[in-house]
Amino acid sequence: MKKTNGKERTAVTLVVNGVTHELNVGDQPYQVSPCHTLAQTLRETLGVTGTKVGCDQGACGSCTVIMDGRPILSCMTLTIQCHGSEITTIEGLADPASGKLHPIQQSFVDHSAFQCGFCTPGIIMASKSLLDRHPSADKQAVKEALSGHYCRCISHYQVVDAVMDVAEKGEGDR
Amino acid sequence: MTKKYRFIGKTTPRKDGVAIVTGKADYIDDIHPVSMLHGKVLRSPHPHANITAIHTDKAKDAPGVRAVLTHADVPPWMTGMPRHVKVLDQRVRFVGDAVALVAADTLEQATAALDLIEVTYEPLPAVFDMDAALAPGAPQLHDIFPGNLVTDFPAFGPNTLSKVVRGDVEKGFEAADFISEGTFGYENIANPLPIEPPGVIAQWEDDQRLTVWSGTQSASWHRWIMQSKMGFPDIRAITTQCGGSFGSKNYAPQCLFYASALAKETGRAVKVCYTKDEHFGAFVLRLGSRFCGKIGMKKDGTVTAVAGDWMVDNGAFSDMSQSQIAVGCGEAQLVLNCENWNLTTKLVCTNRCPSGVIRGFGGQELESAFAPILADVMAKAQLDPVEFFKKNYVKPGGKYIWREGNLWTCRGKDYTDAMEKGAVSFGWKDKWNGWLVPTAVEGSKRTGVGIGIHGNADVGEDDSEAYIRLNADGTATIHASVSESGMGQRSSLCKMAAEVLQLPLEKVHMTPPDTLVNPFDFGLVGSRGTYAVGSAVINAAEDALKKLFERVAPELQAQPEDLDTLDARIFVKGKPEQAMGWGRAIGIMRSVTGYGEFKSDYSVPNFLALFVEVEVDTQTGAVKIKRVVTSTDAGQIIDPPSLNGQLYGALGSAGLDTAVFEETIIDKKSGHMLNMNMCDYKWRTFNELPEFENVILETPFPTHRFKAIGVGEISTSPGPGAVLMAVSNAMGQHMTDYPLTPDRILKVWGEKKGIKNETV
Ligand code: FES
Ligand code: FES
Repeated sequence: MKKTNGKERTAVTLVVNGVTHELNVGDQPYQVSPCHTLAQTLRETLGVTGTKVGCDQGACGSCTVIMDGRPILSCMTLTIQCHGSEITTIEGLADPASGKLHPIQQSFVDHSAFQCGFCTPGIIMASKSLLDRHPSADKQAVKEALSGHYCRCISHYQVVDAVMDVAEKGEGDR
Repeated sequence: MTKKYRFIGKTTPRKDGVAIVTGKADYIDDIHPVSMLHGKVLRSPHPHANITAIHTDKAKDAPGVRAVLTHADVPPWMTGMPRHVKVLDQRVRFVGDAVALVAADTLEQATAALDLIEVTYEPLPAVFDMDAALAPGAPQLHDIFPGNLVTDFPAFGPNTLSKVVRGDVEKGFEAADFISEGTFGYENIANPLPIEPPGVIAQWEDDQRLTVWSGTQSASWHRWIMQSKMGFPDIRAITTQCGGSFGSKNYAPQCLFYASALAKETGRAVKVCYTKDEHFGAFVLRLGSRFCGKIGMKKDGTVTAVAGDWMVDNGAFSDMSQSQIAVGCGEAQLVLNCENWNLTTKLVCTNRCPSGVIRGFGGQELESAFAPILADVMAKAQLDPVEFFKKNYVKPGGKYIWREGNLWTCRGKDYTDAMEKGAVSFGWKDKWNGWLVPTAVEGSKRTGVGIGIHGNADVGEDDSEAYIRLNADGTATIHASVSESGMGQRSSLCKMAAEVLQLPLEKVHMTPPDTLVNPFDFGLVGSRGTYAVGSAVINAAEDALKKLFERVAPELQAQPEDLDTLDARIFVKGKPEQAMGWGRAIGIMRSVTGYGEFKSDYSVPNFLALFVEVEVDTQTGAVKIKRVVTSTDAGQIIDPPSLNGQLYGALGSAGLDTAVFEETIIDKKSGHMLNMNMCDYKWRTFNELPEFENVILETPFPTHRFKAIGVGEISTSPGPGAVLMAVSNAMGQHMTDYPLTPDRILKVWGEKKGIKNETV
């Protein structure tokens, strides 16, 4: 990796959707500044824009990604804190070879569990993480896991149905 | 007679569904035209001030900065109705008003440069409510609005409705058995707050041609409305996926001005996406609304007179406020069948973030404000509100003056059925115990029920045009300027076209929302997508088929009217062997194009009733929404999940919850917003969902081939009044203030019980 200005730079290694990225720390457009959030790095530096930023204040859940098995708010996480982590975004859910949708994604399509769809990637990632850990979570657990997710269109009812459909089938932890 | 449809009325996947669930759907902040710059806005800390000096040299010299603009060097574009809002002004009129613009290579550089702009302000006295704004000697916001009153109503032509004067109110009140009066407000100025903040990218192709990308709800507004505000450049408006709008992102004139001014200065594409702070503090709020007047009624629920003054607070400037007043005046007449009206209006400017277009569009604001008076007079008459609304909602043959000033005769339908079916599903008869009587009391928990109704004749508003191109490969392409902001309307239009053309749904596509490639469409407002845009698309599909049949009839030795088509194969009716594929019929190097249009029609109002059951805890003051039932008649459902989603939306976008907890709080001393973040601005979470049921009737409407009308826009509107009524019944006391936060509940309960509590 190229070093800039002869200064010592540390690098951050991220595994995003199975691909390893080694990013220099610095303030050039292709580098990661110490103040960059993971949301910024994913969207601006790596061009993975499926992760949405609704508030940038840690209050809407739209920027949720899965880091090392747990759902996190990527707008509240500094990229330099994520060194060595494995991150899954909405782009990493479908089967890479066949393009087949993950059962949760498919269920969201089947239930039209979205209106504007801006909250959807975050909600799907949180649901995936929940069902990975609790494959047959009940309705209350689903609602609680999604309680930090803002959906202004009120797709909640269809979202809960979509997630429960997968939970009941036990397909969530594919 | 039930008609069998192949797609209409069935649940089909949204055409953009896979893109949404895989993260491929592009929203405005996901796109980056080549060599794009980032724009930022410096905002005023003062609610009202003159800018006496502004120095930009340091900002201009900062790294990455390409342009800094102030009121002295922005283009002379103007927005507002009538025009009174410049791109940047030497005077700021609310905390958050724009002071200067910066474009830089990165967002961080643009943000950092804002701090280097030196501004000297001369603070001016400010007014934060209508009383202060109208007081003699009050500070004036705009020279063209003396007394802070906007009196020019050009919204819908020379006779735009700014009052309702019909019949003889004096006689009406004489004939009344009961009269209630008072002054009540719906002044939460709540924020529709779509999850995605607004944003625009602008790029000048040459001096006269401007391209703008944005996540708007109505694709063409950024062309046809903005052209007249900017000296008529040729604007190409492209819409990305829109992360929620609820009216607010029909267009974004300020944001578009900022991006376009910076783009002009730099010769580059410039993106201006608001932060959540700006979305809260400098975009659009609901109108503030106050009704001071009276309603007269006979024992049998006949409304004999409505008189009063509707005072509307539009904040620092007016853009669509007059349009909302006009529609609100029309909608009140739909809800209250009355021959005698004297409803006047006042539109007032105050030093706060402006109001804009929001779902509910005037009617929600007016009806929520007079709800306490209506409740009081119904209670005096001991009338069941369901019976009252059944009697008074406009019926076929009923007359109303609509927004443009013409008298219309309703040729829609009687919604009595919808109200009755909703009441049955809700269990109204068992739960309604009379006015100010709770449904149940268990310790400190008191249950009550309420109903609100709303309707809009804008389902057929304004004009639409569409083309449909039939292709030799057995596909069809709809050319219509339609965005996707959550209603699923693009998919629903594809369903309508597929049904007419009898093509598999996956063979029907739509051009992107781009005014360069599509004819005019007014946009997705007032629930017009189903009837107005739908009619244009259906007509285009029928026209295309007619042309196709005419072309092949001779070869199939038949008359065009004897032909039919199925899955891109044309055949003679009754003789399926006499057939030809579209490939041969159209010709591989050709296509067949049909045209369809729709002209405005305000004679078919839609309708929604909302029943609500609440539980009030008189110990904590908490109001819990337990159950909601909506009921309507949609004529024919096009897509069940999309329609249900729109109706669930009653809980979102500054709707029902404006009666429970939603409000924008402005400090009356400094003019600063006190809850402009998503923790302090309350919203409903997954944990707090009431039971919710939609009762949707399907009685054919005299609209288009599929006999449908839209109803999505109005779902937020009946909720606030319904909640007020339900809480009043639970408490045994008329509740009149929005929102019914715990402090308000406890205060009223304490007074009722004679409990003194110093803290409330
Ligand atoms: S964008 Fe991260 S929580 Fe809202
Ligand atoms: S679908 Fe629009 S915010 Fe959830």
